[in-house]
Amino acid sequence: MERLTAHDRVAASRSEYRATVLRRLKRDKWMYVLLAPGVLYFLVFKYVPMWGILLAFQNYQPFTGFWRSEWVGFEHFRLFFGNPDFFMLLRNTLILSLYNLIFFFPAPIVLALLLNEVRLALFKRTVQTLIYVPHFISMVIVASISYVFLTTEGGFVNELLQQYTGRKIDFLTSPDWFRPMIVLQTIWKECGWGTIIFLAALASVDVEQYEAAIVDGANRWRQLWHITLPSIRSTIIILLILRMGDILENGFEQIYLMSNALNRQVAEVFDTYVYTVGITQGAFSYSTAVGLFKSTVGVILVLGSNWLAKKFGQTGIY
Amino acid sequence: MGKRYRTFGGTVFDVCNHAFLALFAILTIVPFLYVLAGSFATDTELTQRAFFLFPKKVSFGAYSFIFSTDTIIRSIGVSVYITVVGTLTNLLFTVTMAYPLARRGLMGRNTVLNLVIFSMLFGGGMIPTYLVVKGLGLLDTYWALILPGAISAFNLIIVKNFFQELPPELEEAARIDGCSEPGLLWRIVLPLSKPVLATFALFYAVGHWNNFFSALLYINDPSKWPLQVMLRQIVLLSQTAAGNASEMDPNFVPPPEQSIKMAVIVVGTLPILMVYPFLQKHFAKGVLIGSVKG
Repeated sequence: MERLTAHDRVAASRSEYRATVLRRLKRDKWMYVLLAPGVLYFLVFKYVPMWGILLAFQNYQPFTGFWRSEWVGFEHFRLFFGNPDFFMLLRNTLILSLYNLIFFFPAPIVLALLLNEVRLALFKRTVQTLIYVPHFISMVIVASISYVFLTTEGGFVNELLQQYTGRKIDFLTSPDWFRPMIVLQTIWKECGWGTIIFLAALASVDVEQYEAAIVDGANRWRQLWHITLPSIRSTIIILLILRMGDILENGFEQIYLMSNALNRQVAEVFDTYVYTVGITQGAFSYSTAVGLFKSTVGVILVLGSNWLAKKFGQTGIY
Repeated sequence: MGKRYRTFGGTVFDVCNHAFLALFAILTIVPFLYVLAGSFATDTELTQRAFFLFPKKVSFGAYSFIFSTDTIIRSIGVSVYITVVGTLTNLLFTVTMAYPLARRGLMGRNTVLNLVIFSMLFGGGMIPTYLVVKGLGLLDTYWALILPGAISAFNLIIVKNFFQELPPELEEAARIDGCSEPGLLWRIVLPLSKPVLATFALFYAVGHWNNFFSALLYINDPSKWPLQVMLRQIVLLSQTAAGNASEMDPNFVPPPEQSIKMAVIVVGTLPILMVYPFLQKHFAKGVLIGSVKG
């Protein structure tokens, strides 16, 4: 099934070429019938929304519709950047991302390295089976479990605190506890699952390398430093690049479910703001502008960190 | 990992390492066990916190309470419906699109592939997508929970690659025997792809069962809420959805609120735990990393 090359096209006369195209189209007619629903799906649910980004430059009103709404240029962006909310959102989003980067990102790496040192296959498999479970549980369940554990009305943790310290802490509404709570939830839910990719990389290391290192008198720390860590370095860098692109995204469901009127000052991030302003208050154009700002920064950060990684001699993702 | 020198430090490390990993695994699982135990606990025990994992008296009060009202039962029904119909839709769309894309000589194939790949890098975002769903008149229908995610680009590409790797001789032979193109897909390719499709079905199904975001966006009618939204109402917003039972029976004493919440959590978690062993069998092979959310 060769593709038509430029050479073919020159050689064949125009009508012949058209005949070939028609013949191939006819031969593959069933293929196009099968392809149609999928293409339609991508156009309707992926590409029409992309084109809908133009809303950000309009004053879109549902009753006037897209075609007759007034164009306002960068007005919504100006409004947004001039809004004191902007700095609150930027701060909350960046702090949460930073916390996740510092406390969550290294966790699966460390856990994978520890699992890699286990030689009892049964023990290793059992631990893996147990720590992967939370990944498949919905965020609503995770938030719900956090609630029944942390509530001041008979929650397990607060009953313990009451018993041993004589006072309770309202984790769920306290602005000080919001960020640690989010990071702990993320570690509980995704840390185990995150080890898979590193364990796969570690499994591909040639055993002979360790044997040679042992012959050369390298202890376990040396082996870790010179063989194990280099073998997962490229994986770490790729995940770090991808993580950069998500720096303005904190996971809508988790934040939305764990936020309430009392911790909103630290909990409101770009994602939840788009939802609140856009869907519940109906400011469609303004919230589209906020969303566009967020995704544009994301794309720039991914491409930028990819470029940086390549510059330092690492393999990037593109 | 080969033979290593046994040193004293190494042994100490091994002991600590095993202990730490065991502790971590237990801490991961204990919240589930606590919630499960709590859902069977009685009022007095829960308030006095006289137990942790084993209540002295087992009570089914919370379960009979939540199943005595149609609110929860209906939302379970909605979730099951969306999971079944949604997964079938996913498979249908994914397979029919992946099959032509696996055909090397197909004209326009690369254009479509690029279209798919670009949609993985960049998207319209929440509001434009919402307006498309609204414009199609899908708000407050179950299709709003099914169609916008009908194909995961990531899964599509994996299935396409799988189809490409099937031996071409099989298709050739079938074609010579007079098999039509749709017949080829149905009789040759699909039976060969059963294990792969079963895997994707499981992952898609888990995604549907767990889906909260789409329902929050697109479904306003409480009678159409799936279980995840109902869970949030009951546990996080403390709206005990079960008003009717107490109205019907004046002597009815509702079980403690905490154990109702825990029982609802158990109901929402159980299906996932039931399919987990099957899921685990597949992702252990390492093919599906990151594809769950799609």
